[in-house]
Amino acid sequence: MKHARHPFSNSPFRSLISKPITDRPGAQPVTIEGVRLRGSLQLRHVDVGSCNGCEVEITSALGPNYDASQFGARLVASPRHADGLLVTGIITRNMAGPLRQTLAALPRPSVIVACGDCAVNGGIFNGASGVASTLDEVVTPDVRIPGCPPHPTAIVQALRSLTGR
Amino acid sequence: MALLLLGLGCCVLAAAAASALPRSWRVPASAGLGATGCALAFVAAMRVLVTGGVESFSTTRLLPMFGLTLSIDPLGALFIVATSFVGFAACIYCIGYARGELQSRTAMSLLMVFILTLLAVPVASSIVSLMFCWELMALSSMLLILTDQRHSRAARSAALWYGVMTQLGAASILFGLLLLTVHGGGQTFADIRLHSMALSSAVRSFAFFLALLGFASKAGAVPLHVWLPKAHPEAPSPVSALMSSSMVAMGVYGIIRVGGDLLHGGTVWWWVAVAAFGAVSALYGALHATTSTDIKRLLAYSTIDILGLVLIGVGAAGALYDTGHPGVAQLAMMAALLLVVAHAGFKGALFLGAGSIERSTGTRDLDQLGGLIHRMPFTAALFALSACSIMAVPTLSGFSSEWLLLQGLLHGFTDRSTPTLIMMLVGVVALALTGGLTAVAFVKAFGIGFLGQARSPGAANAVDVAPSMKIAMALLVIPSIVIGVVPGLLLPLINRAATTGLATAAPSPVERGTSLVLTQFRGTIEPAALFAGLVLVLLIVWAVNQRLAQRSARRVDAWSCGRDVQTPRMQYTATSFAEPLQRVFADVLRPQSDVEVTHVAESQYYEQSLMYQNRVSDALELHGYRPVIDAALRIGKSARRIQNGSIHRYLAFGFVALLLILVVLA
Repeated sequence: MKHARHPFSNSPFRSLISKPITDRPGAQPVTIEGVRLRGSLQLRHVDVGSCNGCEVEITSALGPNYDASQFGARLVASPRHADGLLVTGIITRNMAGPLRQTLAALPRPSVIVACGDCAVNGGIFNGASGVASTLDEVVTPDVRIPGCPPHPTAIVQALRSLTGR
Repeated sequence: MALLLLGLGCCVLAAAAASALPRSWRVPASAGLGATGCALAFVAAMRVLVTGGVESFSTTRLLPMFGLTLSIDPLGALFIVATSFVGFAACIYCIGYARGELQSRTAMSLLMVFILTLLAVPVASSIVSLMFCWELMALSSMLLILTDQRHSRAARSAALWYGVMTQLGAASILFGLLLLTVHGGGQTFADIRLHSMALSSAVRSFAFFLALLGFASKAGAVPLHVWLPKAHPEAPSPVSALMSSSMVAMGVYGIIRVGGDLLHGGTVWWWVAVAAFGAVSALYGALHATTSTDIKRLLAYSTIDILGLVLIGVGAAGALYDTGHPGVAQLAMMAALLLVVAHAGFKGALFLGAGSIERSTGTRDLDQLGGLIHRMPFTAALFALSACSIMAVPTLSGFSSEWLLLQGLLHGFTDRSTPTLIMMLVGVVALALTGGLTAVAFVKAFGIGFLGQARSPGAANAVDVAPSMKIAMALLVIPSIVIGVVPGLLLPLINRAATTGLATAAPSPVERGTSLVLTQFRGTIEPAALFAGLVLVLLIVWAVNQRLAQRSARRVDAWSCGRDVQTPRMQYTATSFAEPLQRVFADVLRPQSDVEVTHVAESQYYEQSLMYQNRVSDALELHGYRPVIDAALRIGKSARRIQNGSIHRYLAFGFVALLLILVVLA
């Protein structure tokens, strides 16, 4: 996905607008396609046609056992608040429009995380009735989490690679 | 005086032109003549206000028996200034607006007669001349409400209500004024002024209260207001503008003229009654304005609200004058008069704006409007400015006048008598509460009407109106800005009118100059500086916004949780906007709501359709007037039984009546 220059990168009001620096001892700043993530990652989750297996695992990954939030990753309620998208499933006809709108509503630059085989390469539903396209045909994911469904540790691992913690 | 008579003559000519000329010439010619008449009257009245003289004119040729007596003094001149300004704008508006029924001979000439009488009422200076002009004003405006009666049942009903209320009011005024002449003296105001102190206080009080009832009903004071929210919306918009900004002000004029001038003040209780009318009207009008969805009905209720504030000011002035505080009294009176002038400007502009909306969209229902700011940007800007003014946004006329009123009421606490103290307290509270409610009403009117997306095809395909309509609206916005930014310029004139109304010679309580400085108390405000500050802040915000945006922003649709289509029906409506307030004030507003559920035939658990109705009608009309009207109709129906068309029965009635008379006399 094409990323524009950060609109506030030269702004004198940058300190008022950008997030406080959350560098912690040991945190490695991660840069993905121009996004410099500093130990914190807000994701909007979009289910474009998943069997709900991935959702169960994501819930588990963010739950108390695997606790992805202690590494700075969490889900938010609106793409307007997010650094990126967490996409599960293969794009169905009904969800193609909403995905397009969510991508439009996302601030730039942003991270796209494909979670589960369906989002990564089409998975077992590829070519089935009601499927519009694979995720790659709409947007190229920055991070891919394979597995059907992926284990919570794999999800946490991938999120930690983004937060650097 | 000659100039004013020339102006009135122009209006007569305009009426004649409207009835004589062919259709294509009629509107421009009569509107041009009418506007000229208004301009002449404006200049004449301004001259009286600036020099402060009193000029009279009398003739026995125009009215039989008593003749016509006219006299212009600063108090009347102020009302003429306000009226002629709105009249001028209304005439210009008509050139673009008049179409169909309003273009007819009758309607155009009636409009000119209406303007003529509005200009004549404040100068009429005898009982007969006043009542003549007053009745002509009522009659012409009632017939103007009927302009569209062929298509609108509501117009017929509104005219009936208005006719009955205004006739009852006129009878009350006439009776009250005639009482002042019983103990000798003539019927001219000069005579009454001379002899009124010789009357007993009971007669004076009775006369004042009779006149007050009539004038208060004209000023739309609750509970005599029922005609107003019916009549104003149904009249053509230039007529509504004139009715709302000038005709209702004549009620205020009458109260000041009779109570303050002819009767020299009277007692505190008179003015407590005036202020009580005012406080109730202000709150009731503001509440109903917030829940109205018809834009002209909303404006009509807000007229009741603002006139209520004016009556509070007049009441406070009268009471403080009677308790020996002429300085504060004058301040309150000036505030009330300034509010009358300010109201004439912004309410005139708002009604003309509502007329433009109705003309380009075909509806007055806020729930059918929306997005008009894109279709008619000029009208939208002027409407917004006038709405800001009525909401008392600083540096506009509503703010200056209501600030002065608040100062008058707060300094009224210098008087220690109980009735005045209670009055000031209630006045301050009413002013504060109505300020908030008015803001809600007009944020709703502008936000729902002009912003967002169009809610009906009419609003979606609206085209901006004719240039003359825009010019007329722009003219009426001028007073909002002038009175708002440099109120000090007008205050010497207002002061002259206030001293006439109160019959004092006290020095002006406000200093000359562009700012507002109270001389006897600590109170200063610099609207011009505020204006400069406001403009500066707006510029800074704009510049910062430009700098932050840096032109690299992407434009995307509003986030709607991924929903594919956004329809205008997903927006807030006027009804839903006012719903929380309607809930809070349910005891006063008495909203009626019905939910009707139709189930599918197969199961009670599934609904086929659901209909929800919500209506806020005037509770006073429903519970106060309806029973009386119904009783009158019932009595009328039962009286019909004795009238069955049989000649024998009528002869028998005559015979029995004759017998009875003979028995009684014998």
